[in-house]
Amino acid sequence: MRPIEPKEVQAELDARLRRDVYLHLETTTGSYTALGPEKTQPVIAYVRNALVRYERGRITGEGPYRVGLKLSGGWVYAQGLTDFEVTERAELLLAGHDHEGNLRVALQLSVRPFRE
Amino acid sequence: MQRLDPALEQHLMVVMPHPDDESFSSGGTMALASDAGVPVTYLCGTYGDMGRRMGSPFFANRESMRDVRERELAEACRVLGARYELLGMRDRTVEFEDPHAVAARVREAIERLRPSTVITFYPGHAVHPDHDAMGLATKLAVDGLEGQHPQLLGVAVGDREQLRKLLGPPHVAVDIRRMRQRKLDALMAHRSQTEMMFQRWQKAGEDDEQTRYFREVLMVVERFYRLNGVSVPADG
Repeated sequence: MRPIEPKEVQAELDARLRRDVYLHLETTTGSYTALGPEKTQPVIAYVRNALVRYERGRITGEGPYRVGLKLSGGWVYAQGLTDFEVTERAELLLAGHDHEGNLRVALQLSVRPFRE
Repeated sequence: MQRLDPALEQHLMVVMPHPDDESFSSGGTMALASDAGVPVTYLCGTYGDMGRRMGSPFFANRESMRDVRERELAEACRVLGARYELLGMRDRTVEFEDPHAVAARVREAIERLRPSTVITFYPGHAVHPDHDAMGLATKLAVDGLEGQHPQLLGVAVGDREQLRKLLGPPHVAVDIRRMRQRKLDALMAHRSQTEMMFQRWQKAGEDDEQTRYFREVLMVVERFYRLNGVSVPADG
């Protein structure tokens, strides 16, 4: 992955507009926060291979970036995105990493399902 | 506490959910066994494909992670002289599978490989839900065996004082000082997951609590609870 280029990402979002796409959306603190100095409970959520269709999709912010996808009956939202990649399988991967390189948030779109 | 000599085993099997669990918890024990000619098998539940550590600086992403971690696992197992099998579940989902169905797959491997000792996580005392679920499935698998049962050992994770209060002292200890370098090499093979940890420890120096734990405990002795005949939370 490399640092987000908003224009490139916007073009990728536009390319997947108004068609069925598979969504991977995730946020994570990591599993071991209760053992670390912060002693907080882990908070983790992910959705993998939900089928969505959006009629408007924008990337905003100065970095870290936000992405919002307006569905016909709802929204997909992510904040804190820093890096992106389009894979060989034409999957659009957006991720937010902390200063140590840990993943904190991910929003991914693909016309074909992600590996189960 | 009883000393365990891994060299006296017929076949040592480790059953845990993630690539790297084996090295952290039992890497020294595995190397001691394999160096003595004892077959060692790691049955790994998931690909660890939902880890948040991507390397430091990061080189993996959510979609490449599965292949990255399998390659790392293969290298760590080569270092430890073990072979591995993957059950292919998705990371973080083990506790949502039917425990008896997971247990059936573990039991199939145990019946095929006939290990003298099986190491897993102590169900209910292993912090990560996948650890607890894999420990429970392994306990169910061993309890359901016909005929001779292998020794079943559990790794407890978390605050040591707290664990001692709840469970008493571990029953079995393996002195792994001879295998310090091998365990280190195996952990380093899991680069995407451990690189950041090693960097942090280098920076923190001797005074850091985690660094001390690493040097004085993790690389010195591996401790286990005997789980045969113990009833565990959510059993059955």
